[in-house]
Amino acid sequence: MPLKQETKPKLLWLQGVTCNGNTHSFLNLSSIEILLEQFELLYLPAFATQYSYEEILTCKLSCDVLIFEGTYDPLLERGGVLVDKLLQHYAKDAKYIIAAGTCASFGGMFEEVHPERNSGLLFKKAKSVTHFEKYKGKIINLSGCPIHPEWMGYTLEMILQNKEILLDELHRPKELYGYLSHHGCTRNEYFEWKVDAKNFGTKEGCLFYEQGCRAPMTHASCNKILWNEVSSKTRIGTPCFGCTESDFPRKNLFTTKTNMSIPQDIPVGVPKRSYLTMAGIAKTFHIKRLEDKLIDYKTTH
Amino acid sequence: MARITKEERKQGIITAALQLFSERGFYITTIPDIAQKVGMSVGNFYNYFNSKDVLAKELIIYISEYLGQSIREINEEDISTEQKIHKIVSMYFAMAQEKPEMIEYFLRVYLSNREVFSDGCEGMICVSPFVTEMMIFFNDGVEKNELHNQDFFSAFGLFMGYLGGMVFLFGEKILPEPLDSYKDSISQNIYNALKTRD
Repeated sequence: MPLKQETKPKLLWLQGVTCNGNTHSFLNLSSIEILLEQFELLYLPAFATQYSYEEILTCKLSCDVLIFEGTYDPLLERGGVLVDKLLQHYAKDAKYIIAAGTCASFGGMFEEVHPERNSGLLFKKAKSVTHFEKYKGKIINLSGCPIHPEWMGYTLEMILQNKEILLDELHRPKELYGYLSHHGCTRNEYFEWKVDAKNFGTKEGCLFYEQGCRAPMTHASCNKILWNEVSSKTRIGTPCFGCTESDFPRKNLFTTKTNMSIPQDIPVGVPKRSYLTMAGIAKTFHIKRLEDKLIDYKTTH
Repeated sequence: MARITKEERKQGIITAALQLFSERGFYITTIPDIAQKVGMSVGNFYNYFNSKDVLAKELIIYISEYLGQSIREINEEDISTEQKIHKIVSMYFAMAQEKPEMIEYFLRVYLSNREVFSDGCEGMICVSPFVTEMMIFFNDGVEKNELHNQDFFSAFGLFMGYLGGMVFLFGEKILPEPLDSYKDSISQNIYNALKTRD
């Protein structure tokens, strides 16, 4: 639904069960001031806003864009008011509802506290839940633990410009989540030739085989839109944890689950036989350049 | 009479070459020997394979694909891993008896003349269809919690080394009993060695 151009759209950020990680991450958006100037800020944690949280609790206001951070717990109270009541009130008139982070999208980390009742706004893991089903058409999930600041920036900017945001089956913007975290990884050549990273934090080697990297199975643009405009987990030698996926958090994040040395999970959409064929053949060859330290590499031979 | 297609001709060369290589050995067998067995001129043979080395590589790919396809059919059956082991052992022993040239070629030519296969057929390249299917077998067994999760090559060596050894003994006519009479005990041994541990 287009927003009215003559007045600034009203923005409200509410929180469920959360570590505040998404708020903190959003603060790293370099264009945050320019972006937020285009909104009327009703209330955002960590920002000076027009209203106090107590005034928000009275449920006498309304917003155009509602951001919700954290796991939805139907019994959670904040300031003596059920968060559910706040959500139901502000969701009613909002044109867009943004679930910021994996907790708000799929339940995430804090779903595990009360798995019998906690969830994301629309999903519990990848399964639909009904609490906010009537608002389904206006809910945008921005999963991630935490959310990538640029992804929130992109979404708010698209809303401001009245541009259509195409969503995937899990209500995530395709422009952001149509990619795999693997795309743009500086270690791709090591992945192609099956050269493992034996340790964390090294410049060389692929983290997929032993170190638990989920990048080839994770829908995220972390290696396309870099964090703080400079880097990503895999670039600095830490495995992708798959934090944008509905099954996050998983266990044993630093270990690749293997069955008889064969990775249990393989790149999205690749048949296991095809993967094993390619991997087996690639492993046959030993490319010396890829087995040596980058720092020792000589450009002349 | 229906005309023999090029593909059928190629198949004829593969069968003849497998027999000659496994009976006489790779180096002793010549292209004229193979051409003669198939009933074609040496010149015509070169329309199908550029050299004996190229033929040697084609043969191992052919065997690997045959084995891979046979194991794939077993892998895709809805049966326990223990039953799959029995079927793989049975298939392998049947092949050793009905198509001995295939196993003989694998054991006596491919594994014994590595220099022939060192360029373009090294490592997994020519045996990939077979090894991949064994990977799927082991992976599925662990996923179903029926096999102990261990290093692939430790398990692969135990399984295929055992079968290769038995077929070698069979080929040398050392086994006192018919090969098939060992199927049950060998399958059981393999399963016991690989199964989930408490």
